[in-house]
Amino acid sequence: MRRLLPIYMVEARAAVQRQAQYRGAAFISVLGFLIEPIVYLIVWRTVAEQAGPINGYGVDQFTSYYIVWTLVRVFNLALAPGAWDWWVRTGRIANDLLHPVNPYHRQLASMAGAKVVWITLWIPVAVFLTILFRPDFSPNLLEGSVFLITAWAGYVIRFNVLWLLGLVSFWTTRAQALIEVVIAMELLLSGRLVPMAVMPSWVQTVSGWLPFKWTFQFPIEVLIGQLTTGEIWRGMAMQALWMGLSGLAIVAVWRNAIRKFTAVGT
Amino acid sequence: MPSVVVDGLTKTFKVPVREEGFLNSLKSLVHRTYRNVEAVRDISFTLDPGEVVGFLGPNGAGKTTTLKMLSGLLYPTAGHASVIGFDPSERRPEFLTRVALIMGNRNSLMWDLPVADSLDVRKAIYSIGDADYRARRERFTEMLDVGDLLTKPVRNLSLGERMKVEILAALLPAPPVLFLDEPTLGLDLSMQKRIRRFVAAYAEDEGATILLTSHYMADVTALCERVIVIHRGSKLFDGDLSELSDRFGALKTITVSVTGSLPDLSGYATVTERTADKAVLSLPRGEVAGVASRLLANLDVLDLSIEDPPIEDVIERTFASGDEEPSVTATPE
Repeated sequence: MRRLLPIYMVEARAAVQRQAQYRGAAFISVLGFLIEPIVYLIVWRTVAEQAGPINGYGVDQFTSYYIVWTLVRVFNLALAPGAWDWWVRTGRIANDLLHPVNPYHRQLASMAGAKVVWITLWIPVAVFLTILFRPDFSPNLLEGSVFLITAWAGYVIRFNVLWLLGLVSFWTTRAQALIEVVIAMELLLSGRLVPMAVMPSWVQTVSGWLPFKWTFQFPIEVLIGQLTTGEIWRGMAMQALWMGLSGLAIVAVWRNAIRKFTAVGT
Repeated sequence: MPSVVVDGLTKTFKVPVREEGFLNSLKSLVHRTYRNVEAVRDISFTLDPGEVVGFLGPNGAGKTTTLKMLSGLLYPTAGHASVIGFDPSERRPEFLTRVALIMGNRNSLMWDLPVADSLDVRKAIYSIGDADYRARRERFTEMLDVGDLLTKPVRNLSLGERMKVEILAALLPAPPVLFLDEPTLGLDLSMQKRIRRFVAAYAEDEGATILLTSHYMADVTALCERVIVIHRGSKLFDGDLSELSDRFGALKTITVSVTGSLPDLSGYATVTERTADKAVLSLPRGEVAGVASRLLANLDVLDLSIEDPPIEDVIERTFASGDEEPSVTATPE
């Protein structure tokens, strides 16, 4: 770990520099990430206004949920699914495989560093959304601190899941179809499309045992104060479990994946 | 003890067979056939510490595949390699820290940031101490004359400038084993010379073992006494460059100038060029002494020189011999 810390620091710093250099493009990217939740917000506010609260979610709850969603989204952005395919297919990954540090660490650090810029750029968008929709929640310092921990943990879980999917690219350079299936599952089972409370109870049960919910809905609920202390502890335990499981899976798959590397395109 | 030991190294790629036509495409949905492509076949050689060896072969011969196996990028299908005591396929961090593979025309630096930032990242990745980092960076910067490039973003550099800083970055950890794959590809002559000089100086200063592939024979003749030639994945030759000329450069040339007009010299050897007072003859090396003596005795010779054929011709003949007879026995060291 002592050896990895300077690498994480320097990679994160370089990512900040890269993003800062193209701040206009970064801002447009952040706006792009935020269109999705704003659409959900408008749709579900309209539904709640016309049909009344759904399983405890009224206009205020939906508003708070999706505004925090925008921040969680910036936190849990991980390596774009298509990037892996490109990385392996063009052979660019060969450069990273020549280094004595697993590219996982460099990418994890790099994406984390980029978030410093993205979160900075998110602030004016959040202010605008808050003025426009007036969400009704006021987190205290403890909730804010726990949120930061759960949001970063959510990032690591999501990064690991996408990294595992990306490793499929070592067997086939056309892993995009599989990635799209998993992204669709995430959309439905994470609270990304809609809070899980609105879904049927069996879907909620399934989502509780999968990693997706712990990357989206859980950090959101922590910040908007919808969870009891017990639920927060249980959620953090689930996050730790999924970080551990996905980490172990990456170690196991990586050993085999690297043997399949054909270094095409180099 | 050799730095690099390669023993029966083989790499076979399994590739799908794609037959043309719509029906064959449909057929491949349910039944896919594959064929094996042997990129490297049973190659063996050793490199001693401090040796700089040319690794030659036509495109597709298996040079880069071999280098990738030796640097831990590709897992061999059969055989074994040992590089400074490590099995490259295990990819241990201690091994990856001490071996560098530099591929010409490839960019491994951070495209949008100044070169110096990429160097800082290398320092962290390779755990280079502050003092070593400063000393090497300063020394290599001076040797490669890239001082003014360090503050420029990589994307703003020319191909030659980028290659120089790529080499600088790759050598910051001072690897004792260096695999160079076409390091001067696409560079102009002066840039090629500068990179050759740097590689020679690095090999001498650090005592590094270097395996170099290049299609520019000037790289090979300037840096390597020994060459290994492979063709279609198999080794054709392993020995001194001069020995390669002896073996495959079967013809030599005699250039002769005379006073007055030149008589018909076709009785001596094949005349490849001719002017009024000068001719170039091509003949088997075994006949050189006799023909030269006869020319000196029979003509009023102003000047006479005997030369080996250009190394490019020798290499071409070596590859051609591989086409005719793929299993030419390699010369033992």
